[in-house]
Amino acid sequence: MAAAIEAPPLAPPAKPAAPRRPLSDHLPSIDLRPALVVARRELAAYFATPVATVFIVVFLALAGVLTFGVGNFFARGQADLVAFFSFLPWLFLLFIPALTMRLWAEERRLGTIELLLTLPIAPWQAVLGKFLAAWAFCAIAVALTFPFWITVNLLGSPENGVILSGYIGSLLVAGAFLAIGSAMSALTRNQVIAFVLAVVVCFLFAAAGTGVVTEFLSSRLPLLAEAARSVSVFERFNGFVRGVVELRDLVFFASLIVFFLFVNVVIIDHRKAD
Amino acid sequence: MAALIEIDRLTKKFGDTTVVNDVSFSLKKGEVLGFLGPNGAGKSTTMRMLAGFLLPTSGSARICGADVVERPVQAKRNLGFLPEGAPCYPEMTVSGFLDFTARVRGYRGKDAAERVAGAMKLTELDAVRLQPIETLSKGFKRRVGLAQALLHDPPALVLDEPTDGLDPNQKHEVRELIKRLAPEKAIIISTHILEEVSAVCSRAIIIARGHLIVDATPSELESTGQTLDEFFRDLTLNIPAFGF
Ligand SMILES: Nc1ncnc2c1ncn2[C@@H]1O[C@H](COP(=O)(O)OP(=O)(O)OP(=O)(O)O)[C@@H](O)[C@H]1O
Ligand SMILES: [Mg+2]
Repeated sequence: MAAAIEAPPLAPPAKPAAPRRPLSDHLPSIDLRPALVVARRELAAYFATPVATVFIVVFLALAGVLTFGVGNFFARGQADLVAFFSFLPWLFLLFIPALTMRLWAEERRLGTIELLLTLPIAPWQAVLGKFLAAWAFCAIAVALTFPFWITVNLLGSPENGVILSGYIGSLLVAGAFLAIGSAMSALTRNQVIAFVLAVVVCFLFAAAGTGVVTEFLSSRLPLLAEAARSVSVFERFNGFVRGVVELRDLVFFASLIVFFLFVNVVIIDHRKAD
Repeated sequence: MAALIEIDRLTKKFGDTTVVNDVSFSLKKGEVLGFLGPNGAGKSTTMRMLAGFLLPTSGSARICGADVVERPVQAKRNLGFLPEGAPCYPEMTVSGFLDFTARVRGYRGKDAAERVAGAMKLTELDAVRLQPIETLSKGFKRRVGLAQALLHDPPALVLDEPTDGLDPNQKHEVRELIKRLAPEKAIIISTHILEEVSAVCSRAIIIARGHLIVDATPSELESTGQTLDEFFRDLTLNIPAFGF
């Protein structure tokens, strides 16, 4: 018994006291402040030029025409925003590449990328900053569709929870397209090329789950059809429009955004000067 | 005393062409290096590697002991860099732009405002502080780039053609400024103006086709009996083929 009480040699022999480095030295630094500084500058840049006004006015006008005109809003006699949400992702497909095309291509053309990337800032901070600014800008544009929401509430009593979930889904689709567009913009110094690449890649993710594609695939490559449906941005978005917010859809959008931001960082880091 | 800027066997290839070939030198506090060479010699490429914008093909560079590839953010904190052509965001105002660089460098509130004011004073930009950069003349744009490089009072300065496009008065001002800053810093300036070397530099390096061919003090260069101009022409027009 007495032996059992004796202190077992748990403690390792005392090491010579190494100078303790603060924990932050060992962790990859995750300082968000430089990213926010970049985001603020980017957002201000949208509003410093006519880009913001033109973009928002045309976006709202088109959204209005599509929802209330083409979407047969009044004839349908339903007080909801289903028509609006069914057009919105297609509007994004056009507008978001127009928003992201300048993000990096413009920096390359002006040479300011040399300035930005020689400031004490990690590439991921610059990428995140630009993405957040573009996302905030989209959020402002989408938020300005609030008169639509007021209209349906005046005309009837829609399920506002469903509308909210539709708006959340819209922001996620916008985020995914923005991440794609930003990565495409990093590839080139030519804004037109950046725009076209972004539209094409966004379209692949958008259309992957539509009937034409899956039917075509399921007759030949059923496995691919399943895969196509699972990466389809619009398919997932429809869930949100019906008012269903599912964790796996949130995870899907988050992964898509993180993946393309990562691609963006890799491109910027390896092709800074080209 | 430890060197503030160290370059060790730095080499950069674009495809098959070697643009910077095995260049080594180091700079201590108090030194001002004039970086000379004909167009396309590889001056800007060397400076870009030093600033962490281009990755070296081989070799290494350190700013205040921090390797520019392994610890880029640390290295960049201690460096003021004026890129060739002084690119700036055209739609921003002078003070808005400087405020942005101050904030990226971690200054906040009053500190940031003081830094911006100090940098504008050094480069005499007060009169245009609220003007968008795209509406400035070439010389003023260059000064905005210079202000951005000096804002955080860095121990190492790398300035790519800082006096290009400045009027004679401003050239003089900038040289005086560099002389004033020199005792506390290590400074590299690239230039095509050879008098500038005798005026402000304590050391001169000439590179041609990526090779370092001269590393001397301005007085040593003058003691060759030729003018700096002649010396430069002789050297850079008749470079032996370096095994191409
Ligand atoms: N991204 C690049 N891709 C291919 N070649 C490049 C690239 N950047 C520079 N070069 C080449 O490297 C060489 C050196 O260019 P650099 O800009 O360093 O010259 P420099 O000494 O600064 O000349 P200058 O006095 O005209 O400014 C040039 O021949 C240039 O064409
Ligand atoms: Mg140059």
